[in-house]
Amino acid sequence: MPEKKEILRGAEIFCRALKDEGVKHLFGYPGGAVLHIYDALYKQNDVEHILVRHEQGATHAADGYARATGKPGVVLVTSGPGATNAITGIATAHMDSIPLVVFTGQVPRKMIGNDAFQEVDSIGITRPCVKHNFLVNDVKTLATIIKKAFYVATSGRPGPVVVDIPKDVTADSCEYEYPENINMRSYSPVIKGHSGQIKKASKLILSAKKPMIYSGGGVILGEASKELTEFTRILNYPITNTLMGLGAYPATDQQFIGMLGMHGTYEANMAMHNCDVLVAIGARFDDRVTGDLEKFCPYAKIIHIDVDPSSIAKNVPVDIPIVGDVKHVLKDLNKILNSEKNKLDENRNELELWWKQIREWASIDCLKYDRTSSIIKPQYVVEKLWELTNGDAYITSDVGQHQMWAAQFYKFDKPRRWINSGGLGTMGFGLPSAMGVKLAFPNETVACITGEASLVMCIQELSTCLQYGTPIKIINLNNRYMGMVRQWQEFFYSGRYSHSYMEALPDFVKMAESYGHEGIRIEKSDDVENALKEALSMKDKTVIMDFITDQTENVYPMIASGKGHHEMHLSSERELA
Amino acid sequence: MRHIISLLLENEAGSLSRVSGLFSARAFNIESLSVAPTEDPTMSRLTLVTTGSDAIVEQITKQLNKLVDVIKVVDLNEYEHIERELLLIKLVAEVKEDHDAIKRIVDTFYGRIVNVNDNLYTIEITDTCEKIDAFITTLDDRLILEVVRSGALAISLSDKAIQS
Repeated sequence: MPEKKEILRGAEIFCRALKDEGVKHLFGYPGGAVLHIYDALYKQNDVEHILVRHEQGATHAADGYARATGKPGVVLVTSGPGATNAITGIATAHMDSIPLVVFTGQVPRKMIGNDAFQEVDSIGITRPCVKHNFLVNDVKTLATIIKKAFYVATSGRPGPVVVDIPKDVTADSCEYEYPENINMRSYSPVIKGHSGQIKKASKLILSAKKPMIYSGGGVILGEASKELTEFTRILNYPITNTLMGLGAYPATDQQFIGMLGMHGTYEANMAMHNCDVLVAIGARFDDRVTGDLEKFCPYAKIIHIDVDPSSIAKNVPVDIPIVGDVKHVLKDLNKILNSEKNKLDENRNELELWWKQIREWASIDCLKYDRTSSIIKPQYVVEKLWELTNGDAYITSDVGQHQMWAAQFYKFDKPRRWINSGGLGTMGFGLPSAMGVKLAFPNETVACITGEASLVMCIQELSTCLQYGTPIKIINLNNRYMGMVRQWQEFFYSGRYSHSYMEALPDFVKMAESYGHEGIRIEKSDDVENALKEALSMKDKTVIMDFITDQTENVYPMIASGKGHHEMHLSSERELA
Repeated sequence: MRHIISLLLENEAGSLSRVSGLFSARAFNIESLSVAPTEDPTMSRLTLVTTGSDAIVEQITKQLNKLVDVIKVVDLNEYEHIERELLLIKLVAEVKEDHDAIKRIVDTFYGRIVNVNDNLYTIEITDTCEKIDAFITTLDDRLILEVVRSGALAISLSDKAIQS
């Protein structure tokens, strides 16, 4: 006799399925359509629910959690405004391929389409910004759909999945069984790369005279840092990382020549422009990376490794495409390269000349800034933070100048340490995502490098930080401007600073205190180091450090839009010959 | 260039809007689209006509393949195939010469008059999209009351089927 299965209500199935999926944290906010689920959550202890203060905070927190751990972030919100508030966070995760499973409550089935209270077409409204979504029509399908949602979110090129659950489904009952495996005829991501293509690629790689490795967020998502590092070291080729790929290769290593793209280093961009073989790994040729496509890598044969075939040849035609999981493909490549690395000797002299050229470009010191200034330079704050945390902290950021300075000056040696919204560019991401990271790693230092404009966009989550004891360090680079907007207005709109000045800012120290945290205001360069030390020593406190920084500082170097990698602008004082 | 793309997709609520939404979100052209369940009712077969450069059509097929509901994508331009569209059209004859002209043109295009009601003719034609275009152009605009077209359907002539 087979064991009789338990009969559970939909709301209980929800909780059990999360437990069986190994979910530890659920970020959410209750409301009418999910009250049955919240009642079931109340009666269990397997999944810890984190009550955020706004649904956008829930999705960003789950997103930060996912980026730091590699596990899917899980969110529960109610119907209508609960779902719409979550959209920004879902779209943020979608653009950066972050695995999230977002459960949205829905009005009861018989009311769908009737403009019921707190009804919105969540499936329709999320469709363009999810990897997939499901409407649960029958309680009997709930467990399977949850399993599918986790499978789709985490496999192949990851991404957010929305599961919309009508309220009456959570009240219905059926036998509970959580499937062990899922097989979907319409979905089977490629894992192994084509061996013929890999062989062809290895030949081209070994024949390069001016090689360049360009790796992106896919290496981090694919847990392939070790393989990437081995690949790069076997070859002794220069490597650059995209904004999303920082940390995939140790930034303090001498083969690393900095980030590339709009605010990348001069040497990385010049090496891109002049290389003869480009190996793109888990990167998607984003417009902020490539600059003008007409001028992109004019002399290079391009190899592109990516798990998503649609990323290949989307923006830039490639010579050798390899579809597959980057970890698998790099392993296969490394095997070949290890046995054939004697071929590298043939181009030893050319490679030495190439490195010499790169060192020459690097000698320009494109990230130079005024270290003697008594007014606080934002770059200095990031550099000091890097020193004082031994380069080992988890750093989240918002979007704008501070984000670029964090990327340029915090040298990430490990993957999953740098957590930012690269694709969608979502202000308000930094604070809630830091909270998510801290929940995952309570013993690690977590800092959010932000600006005064971004920070206030999700400031309400300071309450959540207090409630759940997630002591994060908030580095507010406060220049009283939307800095990146101001920078563009200075460069491209003749200094007409239209609505980019932040008047009537709050007192961030008092704000921190009013939320039950610590606040420090720092106004002089000389005080930066001590303030950071003090904040970092308060292990169990969330601290807002309000750094009053130079209002006129710009992010350099820069490729203006429509320009190529070789047309960088160094700074207002320095131009290239 | 014009391409006919065939899709097999899960016959589930919302899967059609994923396909159509993809075209609008990525600014791809869509000239016609027709869809119905197959002999296996859990699957729908969708035929769509699009235009674009080789690079764009490559992106279209890749993006379609990426949709979780899509089981199979085939660009039928890569195969020998036939294509048919159904036209239903209502024509109104005003003078005697119109009656003659309608009959003559319908005959020429191998059409079928399916209903006549006084001066009102309802006609069906199954042919390629170009032939149907030509038929409509040949008719005097004055005669045309209403036009409905199915959009192209297409099937390859090979001995293999598009399957899951």
